[in-house]
Amino acid sequence: MKLIGAFMLAWRYVARHRVQSLLLAGALGIVMALPLMVRVVVTAVQEQMRARAISTPLVAGPAGSATDLFLTALHFRRAGEAVLPVKVCETIRDTGLAAAIPLNLRFQAQGAPIVGTELDYFDFRGLKLAEGKMLTRLGDCVLGANLAKARGLHAGGAIFSSPEQVFDLAGVYPLKMRVVGVLQPTGSPDDEAVFVDLKTTWLIQGIAHGHDDLAKPEQAGTVLAKEAGNVVGSAAVRMFAEVTEKNEESFHFHGDEDSFPIHAVILLPVDAKSEALLVGRYQKAKDLQVIRPVDVLEMLLSALFRVEKVVVAALAVVAAAAVLVAVLVFGLSFRLRQREFRTLAEIGVSKGTLLLAKVIEVSLVGGISIALALAGRQFAVAMAASLISRGLGN
Amino acid sequence: MAMMERLSRPMLDIRDLSFRYPSGEGCLVVRNWQVKGGEAVALVGPSGAGKTTLLKLIAGIVEAHQGDIGFDGAKVRELSAEARRAWRLRRLGVVFQDFALLDYLTVAENLMLPQALADGVKDGHVERARSLAERLEVARYWDRPSAALSQGERQRVAIARALVHEPALVLADEPTASLDANRKQTAAKLMLDDARSRGAVLIMVTHDPELLPLFDRVVQLEELAA
Repeated sequence: MKLIGAFMLAWRYVARHRVQSLLLAGALGIVMALPLMVRVVVTAVQEQMRARAISTPLVAGPAGSATDLFLTALHFRRAGEAVLPVKVCETIRDTGLAAAIPLNLRFQAQGAPIVGTELDYFDFRGLKLAEGKMLTRLGDCVLGANLAKARGLHAGGAIFSSPEQVFDLAGVYPLKMRVVGVLQPTGSPDDEAVFVDLKTTWLIQGIAHGHDDLAKPEQAGTVLAKEAGNVVGSAAVRMFAEVTEKNEESFHFHGDEDSFPIHAVILLPVDAKSEALLVGRYQKAKDLQVIRPVDVLEMLLSALFRVEKVVVAALAVVAAAAVLVAVLVFGLSFRLRQREFRTLAEIGVSKGTLLLAKVIEVSLVGGISIALALAGRQFAVAMAASLISRGLGN
Repeated sequence: MAMMERLSRPMLDIRDLSFRYPSGEGCLVVRNWQVKGGEAVALVGPSGAGKTTLLKLIAGIVEAHQGDIGFDGAKVRELSAEARRAWRLRRLGVVFQDFALLDYLTVAENLMLPQALADGVKDGHVERARSLAERLEVARYWDRPSAALSQGERQRVAIARALVHEPALVLADEPTASLDANRKQTAAKLMLDDARSRGAVLIMVTHDPELLPLFDRVVQLEELAA
């Protein structure tokens, strides 16, 4: 009975002063939630990054930062200026030591990374279509699940590549890409990407293009000159910004295709020995590096772990300070309510019941703050999933 | 039978009681005072004479320096502090001068607070609380926080609370001070009738001469020291 009475007193006080109680519980909940949230996000990101790194045995890329290459190849961070010629893939394949999947990661489509690759990439990552079909021609794209959902895009829609610089007349022009399929969600950076054929990225870059056929008689008015087998067209020649069934044939490449750029190559060694041979072979190469993503990740995580420890320690100090403030708040509140407690004592309420009421009151506020902290933790779980699928590169 | 026994013998028995005020100014003395069950006593005297202190001594809220306070066979001074609290909660009804209502509780919750903190609120308590609230014209505020009531309304709730658990001893410290003339009479008569009908002792501090004829006995505080 004492318990029920004490609970009634405590509950009624908290309910009557709900704004103050919620503010106090909210403040305590936040300071309790923060270390939990940091821990949840860091753990989830670590696990996902580790899983992706373990599933990617080796990555080749231009000489430079291993971390940059790791983030570019696995998490689609926008590639830097350094490139490899696509011929590298053939060279590696010819060794018979590994399969090679090229990646071009220079471009974006409205903020999402455009991943220029080959169909092997989808098999390698186990990516399955949720709707539509796979890439069949130049200018086609397949979207990651989250990206498609966020933009409301489906097979049959279109998405534009982003111009690199608005005022660069000689720069990259937007390409209208046909969405032919949408992938099933995987909870990885693949969910946020636009996948195109490698050649489409070269088309975006301007290495390939399509325009009116100047050899046709009806285009005679647009020909300025014919010299040494070359035809010089005027500004009236129409350049195509979209690949369609009608103009598909007009698209062509200029230059040596073996030298076209890629930014990374995922290497899938035949066996452990092949892996060791590949790493050894390119260890001293000047223009190319081969990394083991797991090794790069462990290096990154050790740094991240140190940072996390400092952050959690700082948050623990804040939490301790908040608890002390809460003790002070309750202490002051109970002191201000001396008259009320004296009244209860004069009515005949025992010291034990009064203490119980105070404990329940603190527990109620504490319970609400713990519930808020757990809600914050759940929010962090959802946030971590979103952070992982968005990728760390962007 | 128990009722008859109560009415025939002194329920409250105070002997050689003395209490020195903590300020060191003066001393409250009660030589020999008995009150029978069912008897209603008006305690009068000038302000500051010690009427409220005497009620608190009887209730065991403050401790006397010497002497005995007996009630219904129990020696109040011999009880431990916790036992005195339990005794007050179950056997005493006190109307405090400042009403002693908890602002964050509703009228209903305030009325049944002693029961909620003692042995639990029973159906009978609710019925009696509602009946008292109706007779004191505060039933319409049943679910309203007591903080929202006027002084007079709060005082009537305090009176009702002191009677809900049918206490054997009712101590009332100027319980009609904030009431108008009509309600004064109603409240006082209610307390008197209730105590008499149950064979309970009622001691009421009052400055109101209109109420004095209602009591069985009017006691000047100074007389108790003689």
